[in-house]
Amino acid sequence: MVATDVSKAQVMEWLASVPDPEIPVLSILDLGIVRDVDVQSTVTVTLTPTYSGCPATEVIESSVLAALKQHGVDDIVIKRALSPPWTTDWISADGREKMRRYGIAPPTPSKQVACPQCESLHTERVSEFGSTACKAAWRCRDCLEPFEYFKCL
Amino acid sequence: MNSEQALNRYTLRLADNALILAQRMLELVAAGPELEEELANANFALDYIGQARMFYSYAAEREGQGRTEDDFAFMRDEHEFGNLLLLEQPNGHFGDALVRQFLFEIFYRHLLDALTQCADQRLREIAARAIKEVDYHCRHSSQWMIRLGDGTGFSHARVQASLDDAWRFTGEMFVADDVDKLMQDGFDGPDLAAIHALWRRDVGKVVAEATLDLPADEWMADGGKQGRHSEHFGFLLAEMQYLQRSFPGATW
Repeated sequence: MVATDVSKAQVMEWLASVPDPEIPVLSILDLGIVRDVDVQSTVTVTLTPTYSGCPATEVIESSVLAALKQHGVDDIVIKRALSPPWTTDWISADGREKMRRYGIAPPTPSKQVACPQCESLHTERVSEFGSTACKAAWRCRDCLEPFEYFKCL
Repeated sequence: MNSEQALNRYTLRLADNALILAQRMLELVAAGPELEEELANANFALDYIGQARMFYSYAAEREGQGRTEDDFAFMRDEHEFGNLLLLEQPNGHFGDALVRQFLFEIFYRHLLDALTQCADQRLREIAARAIKEVDYHCRHSSQWMIRLGDGTGFSHARVQASLDDAWRFTGEMFVADDVDKLMQDGFDGPDLAAIHALWRRDVGKVVAEATLDLPADEWMADGGKQGRHSEHFGFLLAEMQYLQRSFPGATW
């Protein structure tokens, strides 16, 4: 298929099936890292990294290539946009809900983080730093479950 | 040297600072004093690796001779690196490593802030991305300075000694050489005298809250930016570059 046969909406739909490698219930659209899709003679997908050193960035780029190739698009350009820098505000409402169901408390400007298991606000931070740069370790003082919190950035 | 060449050199210095600090931090992986610090250190080192990659990639594009980020990191010799002497100093104990982070991060935070206003678009973008990370690095190292300085008599004495010991490496950050001047004049780059004042203010505030004494400005070491490094640097590169030195061009 040549790129001009596909629409932007179609490409977006395909991208909606590309998972974030670290939180696979989220698609890269949920995460808000797809900044632009331009369909001309080639398909240009502009992505933005979450953190400078995020090891998922390269995996995501190759997943996007693979997903589009699988749908017959061959002329693909992946661009990286640094500006404006990514913020957790770009995670969609749907993405936040998926994250919570997956067991990760979504980012919140509030100091009170709700337990993703029992929704209690009676929670405490165990460590500001967690298994990845974007998460902190928390624990619920009601249901006693440890959980991860996706930090605001 | 014209201002375009100065920008290349300047970008490499930024990359070298981030890479060499990351390498020192990575030496501490699995040696953290507690789990939270272990994770913080590894996360921060990864931030610096990411920043180094963005700066090296830009330097490689600007140079346009086919070199890659890896060539800059692994195939250059000591005199070609322009990182600050402070960052290559050995880790020592936890207080030594902390003081090094603290003194550099407060400086780097203001430097990045100035770079978000410079005339070079790519540096502006990288700085805007990196500053969000360095913000929480500063918060973290400042908290630890206060915790140790205003902690026990033992922790206070140890971290004061670390601060006194590291101080002679801070002067270099604020001495503008030709590269800094061309960057400032040609690209609205950082004004190091202005940053020095901001750095003194912020460092002084934390040091006072930590009940520590700000060391006096006496003799200052310099030369790192120009490629004249301390005796520790060759050993650092020998370890970091081992694979590419032994198996040139190896990939996986």
